[in-house]
Amino acid sequence: MILLRLFFEFFKVGLFSVGGGLATLPFLYNISDKTGWFTHADVTNLIAISESTPGPIGVNAATYVGFLTDGLIGAIVATLGIIAPAIIVILIISRVLDKFQKSTLVQNVFYGLRPASTALIASAGVLVVKNAFFLISATGVSIQIPHLILGVILLILVNKINLHPALYILIAAVVGIIFKL
Amino acid sequence: MRTYLTLFLTFMRIGGLTFGGGYSMLPMMQRELVENHGWTTESELADYYAISQCTPGVIAINTATFIGYKVAGVFGGIFATLGVAFPSLVIITIIAAFLQNFADLAVVQHAFAGIRVCVCVLIFQAVRKLWKNTVVSTSTAIIFGVVFILSAAFSISPIILVTLAGISGVIIKTVQNKEVK
Repeated sequence: MILLRLFFEFFKVGLFSVGGGLATLPFLYNISDKTGWFTHADVTNLIAISESTPGPIGVNAATYVGFLTDGLIGAIVATLGIIAPAIIVILIISRVLDKFQKSTLVQNVFYGLRPASTALIASAGVLVVKNAFFLISATGVSIQIPHLILGVILLILVNKINLHPALYILIAAVVGIIFKL
Repeated sequence: MRTYLTLFLTFMRIGGLTFGGGYSMLPMMQRELVENHGWTTESELADYYAISQCTPGVIAINTATFIGYKVAGVFGGIFATLGVAFPSLVIITIIAAFLQNFADLAVVQHAFAGIRVCVCVLIFQAVRKLWKNTVVSTSTAIIFGVVFILSAAFSISPIILVTLAGISGVIIKTVQNKEVK
């Protein structure tokens, strides 16, 4: 019974949170208040873990909270719950797009959408830059020079040698550990 | 069957190697989906990202469903989506079960300071690639600029921005076609 409710609650999160993983957080606090399956502190812990592990934040959140609620099976059910609405909605949109892809109207809409999409990703990138290079403390904001140096070196490397992105991530992690960034 | 397996494994790699949510997944997707498999193009990726911003659910999941469907129909969509969620399920379950203080470990924090820098560089590269394919004229450059400022400086909701950009696309193209005639 709790599994059914778990699926349903996360189905709702998947259905109503628009715009990526962090948009799921208000819903998680709401579930916590309503059901008591997990605490607000668990959600805070989850954000920290989610930012330090691979994978989409929304999925990580569902798995973590599902596990706290009902073990492994809870983790699976909550994860399936959060991805189910997306699969349904996107499959419908894909079908519709297939039909209208040749239409001039759809082509024109995409002509405007594409640069907007690039701009939204760039704007999310600004936030990432803030977290990666700046130290925000009570005394003010300061730029972290070692991080900046690593960034410049990586940028040069990425442009000179076309390796798989994951390799650069591995290199950066090792450098981070060695130099205690 | 083989295609389904390839989709599952490819998206599993993408899910397992991406740190920090949907946006950081872009460089990984460009590499695996555009360069390695030729399943999609840079401009199509931009389309999927734009639609994913305004539809419910996690961006990474939505994009996986889109591409899976395009390559191998409904089941392709489902396999790709399960693939991208699978690593989270495994990793987060292990952490929730054994390593509640995972994010507090010094070695993890140092590694992630490095990874965050790398993610910045990778997103920057990804945006540059996307820019070449989506900002193709003065009007698209203006759309990029306006959306970037409204999103980065004023945190206007992506749903509003994407809708306005789509409408602008239609208006711009209609006016241009009239001028040609």
